[in-house]
Amino acid sequence: MLKDITLGQYYPVESFVHSLDPRAKIVLTIVFMVAVFLGSSLFAAIPIVLFILLTARLANLPIKMLLKGIKPLRIILIFTFVLNLFFTAGDTILVEWWKIRITREGLMSAVRFSLRLVFLVTGASVLTLTTQPVALTDGLERLLSPLAKIGFPAHELAMMMSIALRFIPTLLEEADKIMKAQMARGADFESGNLIQRAKAMVPLLVPLFVSAFRRAGDLAMAMEARCYHGGRGRTRLRILKLGKNDLLAALGTCALVAAVILIG
Amino acid sequence: MEELILQAENVSYAYEEEAAPALRDVSLGIRAGEMTAVLGHNGSGKSTLAKLLNGLYAPTAGKVTVCGMDTALDEYTWQIRQAAGLVFQNPDNQLVASIVRDDVAFGLENTGVPSEKMPAIIEKALRAVGMLEFIDRAPHTLSGGQKQRIAIAGILAMRPRALILDEATAMLDPKGRQEVFSVVERLNREKGITVVWITHFMEEAARCRRVIVMDQGKCVMDGTPREVFSQAEKLRSLRLDVPPMVALGDLLRARGLNISRDAMDVESMAGEVLKCQ
Repeated sequence: MLKDITLGQYYPVESFVHSLDPRAKIVLTIVFMVAVFLGSSLFAAIPIVLFILLTARLANLPIKMLLKGIKPLRIILIFTFVLNLFFTAGDTILVEWWKIRITREGLMSAVRFSLRLVFLVTGASVLTLTTQPVALTDGLERLLSPLAKIGFPAHELAMMMSIALRFIPTLLEEADKIMKAQMARGADFESGNLIQRAKAMVPLLVPLFVSAFRRAGDLAMAMEARCYHGGRGRTRLRILKLGKNDLLAALGTCALVAAVILIG
Repeated sequence: MEELILQAENVSYAYEEEAAPALRDVSLGIRAGEMTAVLGHNGSGKSTLAKLLNGLYAPTAGKVTVCGMDTALDEYTWQIRQAAGLVFQNPDNQLVASIVRDDVAFGLENTGVPSEKMPAIIEKALRAVGMLEFIDRAPHTLSGGQKQRIAIAGILAMRPRALILDEATAMLDPKGRQEVFSVVERLNREKGITVVWITHFMEEAARCRRVIVMDQGKCVMDGTPREVFSQAEKLRSLRLDVPPMVALGDLLRARGLNISRDAMDVESMAGEVLKCQ
């Protein structure tokens, strides 16, 4: 049952966005997120929505895939909306009933913040849907590599991420196996209150951790046997090259930023 | 004199200073192009030997050389690990990347091979183990035998002189075991790669050209499979068994049938039995 969880939600099709350099995509996603925060009027949402629709089109992504990314967010969304709606100070009162008061400003900021959240998550989804995890860690490593000069462990961080990606399915499979083994011995993972269920996880987590440590030891040995000695002097299989498409994407994103600033 | 690719001279190794040594005074030489099986029950020191033979461990006493390079010297470490590739037991715990292509590239990246040369080497290595069509797959979608073949490809890409496999088939099903053994046998035959095949499966040892038996950290038997397996009593005293076909041959000979001692697998045994009619 745990195997059904999909991680790294890469959507494997060919498209303009898929073909972009991962570094460009990471940077442009961050720029996009900044743009989301730049606009304070509701009209600023129009270019952002258009931009998202255009990107989805260029990425061959069905809108359904993007909406699916927002779904897990719904509770936070409702929370944000309600909090902003009732607790924003304002003068123009729209509805007043007993102690509850909804102001124009409250409504505006509730819509604004909810939209921002949706935009942020959509932007991140586009990145992960169109970039293979391997390319993502590669891009991240190279973006962070200038920081290595001041001692930031860029290579190590990227290596950790890629090993984590490699082992998530393996560990999920193992967790599933242990769970079934414990259930065969009468363990109960599904009933009881929250605390009882948390306690029931102990016989699952302990063996899982023990095995993960053993795997880590084995893997370290195997990596050393294959001449791994850190990031120094290492060449890479994937050559990242910025191309014309990356420039076009950058220009498009700049246009978005300009539009948002103009609208205000 | 034939060239010795891997050589151990009076090697001892202890994991901790106080502990009983895992290897005691082992001397052996592996010749170029040889396919040698190392047998022994658990704790006989055969895995320790594997890790000494490619410089993962440095001997506590004695000397190990790989292609003439002393494993105790730091300057040769990476050349040694490249020359003597090591494949481990657990297929899940030795693949690093989440895509086969990237995993095979791992050793190349570490040894500083230029990026533009990698794709050709990777394809060649995957073709050699018959896994080229899986180049874009994720390791967790492959079977155990397939994962081990990817691990072998990852080593092959580094162009080693010798391949050391530390119980590489122990966790596989019979089909995967057969797959992996055949691939290694072919690499030895066709590419002349020296193989050290550490195992506890007698049938596999019977198919190698030389068998070394280890017990309590010592090398106790060394010879052709025929020489080693003809000493069934001694093997049993070492808590090892003879391959089933060898045992069958012994029984048939005891009944007066003229069965060759070289018949150690099912096929040649069947041939021998048919000849008796």
